[in-house]
Amino acid sequence: MTALSVRNLAKTFTMHLRDGVILPVVENVNFEVQPGECVVLGGPSGAGKSSILKMVYGNYGVDAGAIVIQHHGEAVDLATADPRTVLTLRRDSIGYVSQFLRTVPRVSALDVVAEPLVIRGVDKAEAQARAKELLARLNLPERLWSLPPATFSGGEQQRVNIARGFITDHPVLLLDEPTASLDATNRSVVVAMIAEKKADGVALLGIFHDEDVRVQVADRIVDVTEFAPKVAA
Amino acid sequence: MTDQPLLRVENLTKYYGSRLGCADVSFELWPGEVLAIVGESGSGKTTLLNSLSATLEPSAGRTLYRMRDGEWRNIYELSEAERRFLVRTDWGFVHQNPADGLRMTVSAGANVGERLMAVGDRHYGHIRETALDWLGRVEIAADRIDDQPRAFSGGMRQRLQIARNLVTGPRLVFMDEPTGGLDVSVQARLLDLLRGLVGELGLAAVVVTHDLAVARLLSHRMMVMKDGHVIEAGLTDRVLDDPREPYTQLLVSSILQV
Repeated sequence: MTALSVRNLAKTFTMHLRDGVILPVVENVNFEVQPGECVVLGGPSGAGKSSILKMVYGNYGVDAGAIVIQHHGEAVDLATADPRTVLTLRRDSIGYVSQFLRTVPRVSALDVVAEPLVIRGVDKAEAQARAKELLARLNLPERLWSLPPATFSGGEQQRVNIARGFITDHPVLLLDEPTASLDATNRSVVVAMIAEKKADGVALLGIFHDEDVRVQVADRIVDVTEFAPKVAA
Repeated sequence: MTDQPLLRVENLTKYYGSRLGCADVSFELWPGEVLAIVGESGSGKTTLLNSLSATLEPSAGRTLYRMRDGEWRNIYELSEAERRFLVRTDWGFVHQNPADGLRMTVSAGANVGERLMAVGDRHYGHIRETALDWLGRVEIAADRIDDQPRAFSGGMRQRLQIARNLVTGPRLVFMDEPTGGLDVSVQARLLDLLRGLVGELGLAAVVVTHDLAVARLLSHRMMVMKDGHVIEAGLTDRVLDDPREPYTQLLVSSILQV
């Protein structure tokens, strides 16, 4: 059964503060991701890769099309779902490792990572134990675990973000350049973690600018330039 | 999460004479859900909040609330006694100015204990113990329990107001600019505290704020108001990351970056 199916998706931005200029982003976006598969969105900067990822997570609205996700054995269209349903989808079925960590004042790295499990009702001690395993695996120094990540370096924040995204067993996982600011050692940790997700039957959709990583994780590359809007200029 | 909303608002409209406060607002609020209402001064957000919390009588429309016994009641048709009971137990109201929500000349402990006594708690030892526990949860030192809020800083007063509201285990809390007027380090502490408490207690909340960062941090959903009308609504990160309406785009693009 297809884990994620994107059909005829289209997106434009209307910039009301720029005299209503319309920026077409993508149209006729069609692809599917199967369980255990890692599909990589390819194409140059500005082709709409991040926009597609944000639409699939419900961060951006869509103008047309469907984003069908398997959710508790049912096919749900996230593109037309109400906010409450989108939140339930995010809690249980679709995870997201964003490029940058949005830090919350005073919340420790450990709690940031454990939170997705706590929200799903997992016992706090158990969630923290799992968070510690992941942070240790990603080589985040233990002295940082109890600190809020706001003052961390880019690479440290990214590892917190990755741990947070990987801690759940969401059947669909979106990755927005998870290895961009990591050193070689940690990159290979992430590559191994992605391989494990695939073995567990998770459907992954990601953006990887790092050629080396992309070759190692991608089962298939979807060329986003194919979805460029065909506007009469 | 239960499978029923807690609050159902239908076509709520409020006029002050011929001047519009808010027009035709409809939404549902579910247990555990935090809704932010944003907009500039005069957009109608406080009018809406006061109507929702039965502080104001609307000109038209209904607000249905699911009572603890499961019955749906239009809050404007409740008897005064029923309404008072709701306000004292099942609801909380956190005012922007703590002096509006606290009794400034009785002790911190009594401010918290008073709400408990209103729901029938008469055991002094228990009341004091619960008050102490709540002061701790809002990070007020135990040795301040006998001090009056007059002697507290702005941030402490606001935390005390929150403790006073949450001690009865309300299911719905209204907040009017809960971090307004506080300096930023105090704001951050309060926000984190609120976020933790709301999540832990599974509260439903309606938060009025003009601060989009507050909305982002606290709320699941938001409504943007302008000239008394809801012009855009949806998932908080969707509205903030992909605003559709000209006014929402203006609001989002006006945030100062640090």
